[in-house]
Amino acid sequence: MRLLTREALLSFRRAPLLSALSITTIAFSLFTLGLFGLVAINLRKALLGLEERVEIVAFVLRGTPAETITLATQDIAAFPEVQDVAFVTEQQALARARKELVEFRDAYRDLQANPLPASIEVQLKEGYRDARTVELVAERLRGFGFVDDVRFGREWVQRLDQLRNVTGLVGLVIGLAFAAVAIVIIGVTIRLTLLQRAREISIMRLVGATNWFIRGPFLLEGALKGLLGGLLSLVLCYAGYVLFRDRTGGSFSDLIFFRPEHMVLLIIFGVALGLAGSLVSVGRHLRHV
Amino acid sequence: MIRFSHVYKSYPNGALALKDVSFRVGKGEFVFLTGHSGAGKSTIMKLLFAELRPSGGEVRVSGYDVTELKVEEIPRLRRRLGIVFQDFRLLEDRTAAENIAFALEVTGARHDTIAARVMRVLTQVGLSAKSQAYPRELSGGEQQRVAIARALVNDPAILVADEPTGNLDERATRGVFQLLRDINAGGTVIVMATHDLDLVRQTPYRTIELREGAVVFDSAVDEADAVGTS
Repeated sequence: MRLLTREALLSFRRAPLLSALSITTIAFSLFTLGLFGLVAINLRKALLGLEERVEIVAFVLRGTPAETITLATQDIAAFPEVQDVAFVTEQQALARARKELVEFRDAYRDLQANPLPASIEVQLKEGYRDARTVELVAERLRGFGFVDDVRFGREWVQRLDQLRNVTGLVGLVIGLAFAAVAIVIIGVTIRLTLLQRAREISIMRLVGATNWFIRGPFLLEGALKGLLGGLLSLVLCYAGYVLFRDRTGGSFSDLIFFRPEHMVLLIIFGVALGLAGSLVSVGRHLRHV
Repeated sequence: MIRFSHVYKSYPNGALALKDVSFRVGKGEFVFLTGHSGAGKSTIMKLLFAELRPSGGEVRVSGYDVTELKVEEIPRLRRRLGIVFQDFRLLEDRTAAENIAFALEVTGARHDTIAARVMRVLTQVGLSAKSQAYPRELSGGEQQRVAIARALVNDPAILVADEPTGNLDERATRGVFQLLRDINAGGTVIVMATHDLDLVRQTPYRTIELREGAVVFDSAVDEADAVGTS
């Protein structure tokens, strides 16, 4: 173990420039990946904000007894998709209209009778705010005899669905592409180290070193470079995040940064990339000498 | 210790490097392999430490069948051999002692025994005073002595030396050769490829001469035959 660590560290000391180059390339690959991740989590947060506005409104026929509505709201609240149910009486609807629709305030004041119907407003749980589920719940609400009409922003919910699918797909593709690029870059830098040390490896083999013994220091070196690259990329991401948040003059002040588990994941990913890169190039090199 | 039986070796480009080569080397022997460049000396050397595999026939070295040897077993075979090259193959950024210690570390030797074992072989090759010197600070003859010390440190049964004096002047050659003779006197089998015929003629050791991949002379066989027919 001591020998393994010594040999791995020795390569940093012997080729500081090459090691620095590897670490920086890993850091920048992960940085691009990280920036993309930041965009993705913030986009996701924004989408969640939009999703919260998905609401189904069931208008209630005039004259429906209060007990019927109370029982129905209890039933609706028990739907597995439903997060929240609220009953809005005719008076509450009018009060809200007076408050929110300022332009029509005069018209509402002069009314002899309240034209607005009572309604049941239904909010769905996270994960159920897609077009299909919304349709399904709306259909179930229509089944109640006292429900006159059910409204929800059909097009709006469908758009949200598309947006979600597209961002997910684009995220996956770009993420995979960056990961592949990072693996190739790490592989190339490790390969450079290997070529630089080809003579040493051939001597190791001649004196009876096993392939795993030869691989060990290179794998550790790759993992270490991945670790350092991962840490550096986090620093870069944080700097980029702060700079963007502060320079945009408050319009993006509620942007979020990675949670600790995301950071650990990014670093683990860096280590995995480093290991993968060195495993591939060492394996190939050992087959060829 | 070594047995070649009807060994053939052809390279992917079709060139036949060895043709029906057979010989045996017993305990304690010192054997010269001679012949012009391209005669097949290096191919035999590489077969001895399983850098190459025979295309036909059988090669046995120190109990290992090189023909059938699994890749994982190659290091075990090499740990029973000492290998010395014309170009020394020392690590330039390590001292003489570190170069030798490296060969022990690679085989997983106990850490607390390494320094003493390194010093013992350095003394054996007459370089105990230069243990901390880097290869560039040593003469060619001294570098080859370090390489021989590295080959000896695992107490090999067989020492394989491919043109060990090829890069040395006459004085250094004599010194290195005397060292190999001393090592052989201690019981280690030595197989030495060389095209230095003067060196070969001065000594009573067995000589196997190769020409175009075939054995054309083996003093052990031919002289016995000569004795038998006279």
